[in-house]
Amino acid sequence: MLGRTLPVLGGVSLLVFLIVHAIPGDPAVIAAGLEASPETVEQIRRDLGLDRPLPEQFVTFVTRAVRGELGTSIRTGAPVAEEIADRLPYTARLAFWSVLVAAVIGVGAGLVSAVWHNRALDHVVMVTTLVAVSTPSYWLALMMMLTFSVWLGLLPSIGATTPLHYVLPVATLGLQSAGEVARMTRAALLDVLGEEYLRAARAKGVPEIRVLVRHALANALVPVTAIIGLRFGGLLAGTVLVESVFAIPGVGRMMVDAVVARDFPMIQGGVLAVATLYVAVNAATDMLATLADPRLGRA
Amino acid sequence: MRAGAMARFAANRAAVAGAGVLLLVTAAAVLAPWLAPHDPLAVDLSRNFEGPSWANPLGTDQLGRDTLSRLLYGGRVSLALSVLSIGAALLTGVAAGLAAAWHRGWVDALFVRLVDVLLSFPDILLAIAVIAMLGPGHLSTIVAVAAYALPTFGRITRAAALASVSRDFIMASRAVGASSVWMMRKHVLPMCLSPLLAQATVMLGKAVLLASGLSFLGLGVQPPEAEWGAMLSRGRDLIRTAPIGAFAPGIAITVVALSFSLAGDGLRDALDPKATPA
Repeated sequence: MLGRTLPVLGGVSLLVFLIVHAIPGDPAVIAAGLEASPETVEQIRRDLGLDRPLPEQFVTFVTRAVRGELGTSIRTGAPVAEEIADRLPYTARLAFWSVLVAAVIGVGAGLVSAVWHNRALDHVVMVTTLVAVSTPSYWLALMMMLTFSVWLGLLPSIGATTPLHYVLPVATLGLQSAGEVARMTRAALLDVLGEEYLRAARAKGVPEIRVLVRHALANALVPVTAIIGLRFGGLLAGTVLVESVFAIPGVGRMMVDAVVARDFPMIQGGVLAVATLYVAVNAATDMLATLADPRLGRA
Repeated sequence: MRAGAMARFAANRAAVAGAGVLLLVTAAAVLAPWLAPHDPLAVDLSRNFEGPSWANPLGTDQLGRDTLSRLLYGGRVSLALSVLSIGAALLTGVAAGLAAAWHRGWVDALFVRLVDVLLSFPDILLAIAVIAMLGPGHLSTIVAVAAYALPTFGRITRAAALASVSRDFIMASRAVGASSVWMMRKHVLPMCLSPLLAQATVMLGKAVLLASGLSFLGLGVQPPEAEWGAMLSRGRDLIRTAPIGAFAPGIAITVVALSFSLAGDGLRDALDPKATPA
């Protein structure tokens, strides 16, 4: 597991490190901001070690990042790590509750779809999920806001100050991700539903609902956990579009503002933090899958 | 496409409907200069956020520009960006995948590592990183979306090519002294075409979603140019004043993305009858 995760993390940090070096122009000027005086630029060049050879700079970059030192923001002058620590909870809350909603609705809909395979209900679920994954999340968010805040006046439209503020963003992302979970659950269940051991269980007189949940769903669990984990990781970055609509001060919004302001330390810190979390969530999901199905660990 | 595959595709109603919608949307985008009732960039601040009328069937936006005209011109940009970025991803992904499968050894190892790294970025995060380097605009949107799609095409090509390079006819071809480029073109590439064609169609839909998302965030197509995602970037003001202006671009993106995935799934089932239809 670690044998695959560590090289990936190395590659990720190399790519993030290169963001500053790949762009045209002097990285010291970029790090100092375009309005900085020549003295400040020289100071920054020495402070950041930009006068050292590239491989040495990369090693320094990684050692500092591991210690949580991500430099200071050009725009605000505050440490990037602090800014990320302030913003991450919003994004993490949004992603966590969304994936929970997606898991409950997705597994439920997938189960219904598989049990009534090729019947009207199955078709309804399949069409709905296909439309859900084709809809841009930020547009779905706007439509939610239009319906529940503007027309019905039931829920707050922007901000993230109370739990009520999370209802619409979580509903948007949760319903959309539920589409993928439902499709995977359905496919995994259809794979096992024809198996002999289910017929044996039924013949033995096990109630149908128990056959479905204890026997069929338990065996479909590996691909379903995998897609839920993947969605959770994806949402850590994917919330950016919805954060924009609902004016939630998460990491996604922070990175977009940083790109517009060309605040490179902030961009690098944000991308590195979210990509690392994504890799970690995926590794954890793989580990869970191995626990659920010990055969995978041996492969 | 062989006749059998064509017949199988024609029998798939959802796929045919998807392809039909895509033809219509492409036609509307190409003919935008003749179909659009107004100049998509003509500002009239005295008539902003208007509802539908005879002059402006879909109302006007925050600057009084005609929404229908912007929708038609926006389709040109959204479709062109997707086609160009998927085209670029196909070229580079196929070349890299073929090189990896042909040379094996360290070339293949490097390829696999690189694909792993690219896939360890969530799609929108990779795009943000690319745009951070290149600055917002058309070209960087294309590069960003291509970087997202490239590993998928590379993987498919490598897998299909690996399966064919060890086959007898390649050995025979090599034995009679055929050049490697010629063998690639004649024998290996055709084996990869079916899965690539189906995947590229599906990815076009994802490219429309990603590119318009970037423009929505202000990182892709820049104002005042019309683009479907960019049209929604002032969406919060739109839904309070002229909601129809917020409906139109979102529905357009959804319909196009949906059509690409229906057509792509149909192509996959038609080209590879062994794959069980999901």
